Amino acid sequence: MQTAVAFSTVSRHFGAVRAVDDVDLEIKEGEFFAMLGPSGSGKTTCLRLIAGFEQPTSGHIEIFGETAEGVPPYRRNVNTVFQDYALFPHLSVADNVAYGPMIRGVAKAERRKAADEALCLVQLPGYGDRRPGQLSGGQRQRVALARALINKPKVLLLDEPLGALDLKLREQMQEELKALQRSLAITFVFVTHDQGEALSMADRVAVFNDGKIMQVGAPEEIYRAPRSRFVANFVGSSNILPPELTERLAGNRSWASLRPEAIHIAAGEGQRATVTGYSYLGAATRLAVDMGGQRLTVLLPASSDVPAVGQQVFLTWQPSDLHLMEDEQ
Amino acid sequence: MRSDPNGKAPLGLKIAAAAGLLFLHLPILLIFVYAFTTEDRSYQWPPPGLTLKWFAVTWNRPDVWEALGLSVRVAAISTVMALILGTLCAAAVSRTKFFGRETISLLVILPIALPGIITGIALRSAFNLADVPFSFWTIVLGHATFCVVVVYNNAIARFRRTSGSLIEASMDLGADGFQTFRHVVLPNIGTALLAGGMLAFALSFDEVIVTTFTAGQQATLPIWMLEELVRPRQRPVTNVVAMVVVLVTFLPILAAYYLTRDGDRIAGSGK
Repeated sequence: MQTAVAFSTVSRHFGAVRAVDDVDLEIKEGEFFAMLGPSGSGKTTCLRLIAGFEQPTSGHIEIFGETAEGVPPYRRNVNTVFQDYALFPHLSVADNVAYGPMIRGVAKAERRKAADEALCLVQLPGYGDRRPGQLSGGQRQRVALARALINKPKVLLLDEPLGALDLKLREQMQEELKALQRSLAITFVFVTHDQGEALSMADRVAVFNDGKIMQVGAPEEIYRAPRSRFVANFVGSSNILPPELTERLAGNRSWASLRPEAIHIAAGEGQRATVTGYSYLGAATRLAVDMGGQRLTVLLPASSDVPAVGQQVFLTWQPSDLHLMEDEQ
Repeated sequence: MRSDPNGKAPLGLKIAAAAGLLFLHLPILLIFVYAFTTEDRSYQWPPPGLTLKWFAVTWNRPDVWEALGLSVRVAAISTVMALILGTLCAAAVSRTKFFGRETISLLVILPIALPGIITGIALRSAFNLADVPFSFWTIVLGHATFCVVVVYNNAIARFRRTSGSLIEASMDLGADGFQTFRHVVLPNIGTALLAGGMLAFALSFDEVIVTTFTAGQQATLPIWMLEELVRPRQRPVTNVVAMVVVLVTFLPILAAYYLTRDGDRIAGSGK
């Protein structure tokens, strides 16, 4: 499979701020790639580097084998869905969608037809004559998507596209985006700070922190085998065990991650712990326990018996669930 | 205190409001009435008779046409200069961050806050120092100092309300700088520029003080009117011209008001 976007030792500094610091990255063709990280971690700057709104301070970017250096945004076969959608308020929905073809000089009737098709693709048929101001947030988001897709980009960049939508709509759009990406087979690069969104939609996830990529991999890999404490904590909360405790439990002296749902309560055998609190989550119950001075979170399925606060319990887990982390950070 | 928007105002307040409006506009009506008087040496009240002959007299006076022509040309060229410089300046100040940006913003606005007489004296001595002869172009330069401010203020307000990602979106969709300006920037700031330009034109058209200091032998329309008032001959001609000036300046300002009135929504806001 061809490489869609390649970063080699790319940095982007704003004064003393290293927004993107020495990043190596490879996004494959046809992939749904998520850039996940807290705000200010450099993920959006990476997206803007691909779009061409930013130039790297140092390093090299290639898009489909061609160097991106000095190529302005309007000559890149890459389109963006902006976080605030950036629909042109003075144009109708159809003219917004047909903006790319209009610039390329496509005849009026032809581009109107293409715009109507693109609007059908995002399930907004018949909305062409409205103004962006008359649409809801979710509809504007679809228009922004249609406006980008009509240009048949090789890479579609999405900057927190679901951030402004409410939960129900967001879940629906997640599924639609994923289905759209599969049917169009376009490379999607998706920026988000929502780990659930990244895990559920992406083929591969890059976790960003402080301008660096902490880990790249498939969602299951990132979740099951976080390489560092940052990733373990940011991608689904985890119990982080210090080296001394890991050595006692598993014999290796390193930081370890133990997912809350991997811990089970057993009768009479395992690690002794005291329940210090619980909260009911509906689908599960989250217990806070104290295991010899180490606070742990345990996630119990809804069907299981919940021990009372102050009760002594025994904790067990599969040895393979205690994941040893390579990195110190 | 009354907060009901449909409530009736007390009679005293109504009378005060009416008196205020009359005070503002009655003198202007008086000017209009004197344009039709039959008496041409002193402004006699009530006018002894009404006539339309001063319109014909005005039409046939070459000095009126000369002054009017000069004023229109000065106003038009100052406005064009102001539109270009004011827009560029507003774009720079609103779109980029650089050292001294706030200072520049203040310095651009300052000329309109300065009394016209100071601007006039300053420009006159500067032109003298630089050995620039007083001419049509010195008047234009003088007027441009305050016309730029008017356009700048209108343009920067609109730029600030226009989302910056619109320009990026346009570039992203394949438009180069010029196409982006034509298809996205201009339609979004167009009405603001039109309003600013009209206001600038109107300001330049009736400017007296800066003009007296920067003009050579030329008389713009307001200067011509001042000179005419001193001469007790065919006085109603001045009133006819005054009527025309009121219409010429009032209509664009009215249009500007309507054009910018419903521009309150934030352009490009997505949420």
